[in-house]
Amino acid sequence: MKKYIIQSIRLTLVLLVLLCVIYPVTVAFIGKMSKGNGGGEKITKNGKTVGYALLDQSFTKPQYFWGRPSAVAYNAAGSAGSNKGPSNPDYLKEVQSRIDTLLKYNPGIKKSDIPADMVTASGSGLDPNISEQGAAIQVDRVAAARKIDVKKVKELVAMNTLKPFMGVFGPSSVNVLKLNLALDAL
Amino acid sequence: MNTELTGIIATFLLTLVIAIPLGKYLAKVFAGEKVWTDFLKPVEAGIYKLSGINIKEQMNWKQQLKALFTINVLWLFYGFFVLIFQDKLPFNPDGNPGMTPDLAFNTIISFVANCNLQHYSGESGVSYLTQQYVLMFLQFVSAATGIAAAVVLFKAFRDKTTTELGNFWEFFVKSITRLLLPLSFIMALILTFNGTPASYEGKDKFISLQGDTVNVSRGPAAQMIAIKHLGTNGGGYFGANSAHPFENPSYFTNMVELIAQVIIPIAMVIAFGYFIRRKKMAWTIFGVMTIGLFMLLLPMLSSELGGNPALAKMGISQTTGAMEGKEVRFGPAASAYWATVTTIISTGSVNSMHDSTMPMSGTWQLLGMMINSFYGGCGVGLLNYFIYLIVAVFISGLMVGRTPEFLGHKVEAREIKIAAIITLLSPFLILAGTAIASYIFTNYGNAAWAVQPKNWLNNPGFHGFSEMLYEMTSSNANNGSGFEGLGDNNIFWNLSTGIVIFLGRFLPIIGPVAVAGLLGAKKFIPESAGTLKTDTKTFALMTFAVIIVLNALSYFPALALGPLAEYFTH
Repeated sequence: MKKYIIQSIRLTLVLLVLLCVIYPVTVAFIGKMSKGNGGGEKITKNGKTVGYALLDQSFTKPQYFWGRPSAVAYNAAGSAGSNKGPSNPDYLKEVQSRIDTLLKYNPGIKKSDIPADMVTASGSGLDPNISEQGAAIQVDRVAAARKIDVKKVKELVAMNTLKPFMGVFGPSSVNVLKLNLALDAL
Repeated sequence: MNTELTGIIATFLLTLVIAIPLGKYLAKVFAGEKVWTDFLKPVEAGIYKLSGINIKEQMNWKQQLKALFTINVLWLFYGFFVLIFQDKLPFNPDGNPGMTPDLAFNTIISFVANCNLQHYSGESGVSYLTQQYVLMFLQFVSAATGIAAAVVLFKAFRDKTTTELGNFWEFFVKSITRLLLPLSFIMALILTFNGTPASYEGKDKFISLQGDTVNVSRGPAAQMIAIKHLGTNGGGYFGANSAHPFENPSYFTNMVELIAQVIIPIAMVIAFGYFIRRKKMAWTIFGVMTIGLFMLLLPMLSSELGGNPALAKMGISQTTGAMEGKEVRFGPAASAYWATVTTIISTGSVNSMHDSTMPMSGTWQLLGMMINSFYGGCGVGLLNYFIYLIVAVFISGLMVGRTPEFLGHKVEAREIKIAAIITLLSPFLILAGTAIASYIFTNYGNAAWAVQPKNWLNNPGFHGFSEMLYEMTSSNANNGSGFEGLGDNNIFWNLSTGIVIFLGRFLPIIGPVAVAGLLGAKKFIPESAGTLKTDTKTFALMTFAVIIVLNALSYFPALALGPLAEYFTH
């Protein structure tokens, strides 16, 4: 028994060096060569960081495309979902009010145009994407607010649409932050 | 064809393409045969030397378990103290506080046991030191513990009669050097180059396009996310786990993480058959497990792709499926596939919030964890399956009037008793735990705990009951996922699930290893016409029936009170 205790202590120390120093430090070192130098890819505008490519931020103004609802108010230091069950009455009321808001600010769209992702909170609260349909229902509003041609906005949406992986795997999506930056750059 | 479905089909096929050769490789590694990674031998020799280990020393099953326990208990003490004092230790750039003793108790058991139930949130609850030197460390060594325990079982059936089952330390170290560490290294780099942070920089701050100030938690996440999947641990770096865009940036990384968590459990099954020189056995076990996977996956896919009927009633479009708690870049199909594998395989990482999935999906997730052996966790999935095998051997023996035998060893009263106890342990822990929680919720709603029992549940009615049932089931299965709406960081849930995780981890390791050790030591009886063959389709069907019947009998009433009731009243 005593032998096992000593072996356990020594083995643990050796493995701590291998697994907690050598392994992660090597990865971090090589990771310096990645986009964002292993600290997350930043998006800059006029030399200032205005966000992370992978993280959603709050968009509420009419001239911006809106992202998905967030259960944590887009807090990138405290990610979480709503954890609301599918039949929870309070939750259903919340969804109804999101539908109403979308209908109010996007006149001309029908209820049946609204995709589920625009009225449901994402898993992380930081989902950077919306569905193509989620962007489509906002095009008219954004174009009107910016007083630009609807066609131009549609073009930008198409340019910022990420097709399924390798064209055949998984859903397509639109990155809200990149799309809004492209609009601002017009 | 729908790109979401092609995505998961491709993911599953790629999993097999990697897992099956990996299994054959593992059989050779543990048998000490020549493999291409033998260039790592000097590294291993160095580790043995520094640790004072002589791998030539043969252990019987009791010594194996003693070694396993000694080192696991050591990690419990080490981790507990780091968690409590993390605020006073270095590498805490975000200034996160130390854990309360009950939370530290829960967290350390959870990570030593390969469960990774998390009652804290990664961004605000732990320091970088804890993330790497305790949590990530334990993700490696707990997975290696499970694999090593399974290899002990392999050894018991390779030779005709034997009590010498190899050296625990050797299996344990090789699991790391030949499998977990190299794969983690590759995967961590894949993640890093696809957007996951890997550096040691602390929190960042930026002003958004609309002028909001936003704090961003970062840190060495890629390293942990790699092993959290390969080791079927599941404990995320960030609170939202693999739903977080940093942990899982794209559909591609989602495929990588999905594949990573399944390859070792499948490889262990293949390795078992090749190691004991009964390949057919591996394929029948693999077949049963795979059928189990699809039986849980298909209905879940259908309900998640179908969308939430309550939202359909409101008149909005349901073409994107149920999206509450899900991420657009994965979509409902890959989320349902993930929810299935993460529950059958005891990973417990999530890329969507299970609390918000459809009621019937909750049923399949719970069943996956209750059965806990359709592939199952690293090493331990096979150990769980082995218990079902022994029960199936016994029942078949009774049915056809033959002495129950398994791989040439008589299965007698002692082995059956152990198997029966292990079989009964899960329902006991899950159901008694949920019953006590429900009782406290109903009768002591005002108890002055960090979260008062009356505020435990995030959802009313049947779904609230499911949250408690899920928490206990996940703990017992060492899964670690949750219906995360549950207010679980308080003394009741921290202590109760801590105890359930501990018993649900170690008894199901002791049981199968003991049975294997006892059987392996018995006189070998050569196969004859009267032998009940355990690698046939008929016997596979029998095992499958045993699994279904045992679990249905144990859990149907509890499932009826939770997700099934919600479904029928929804």
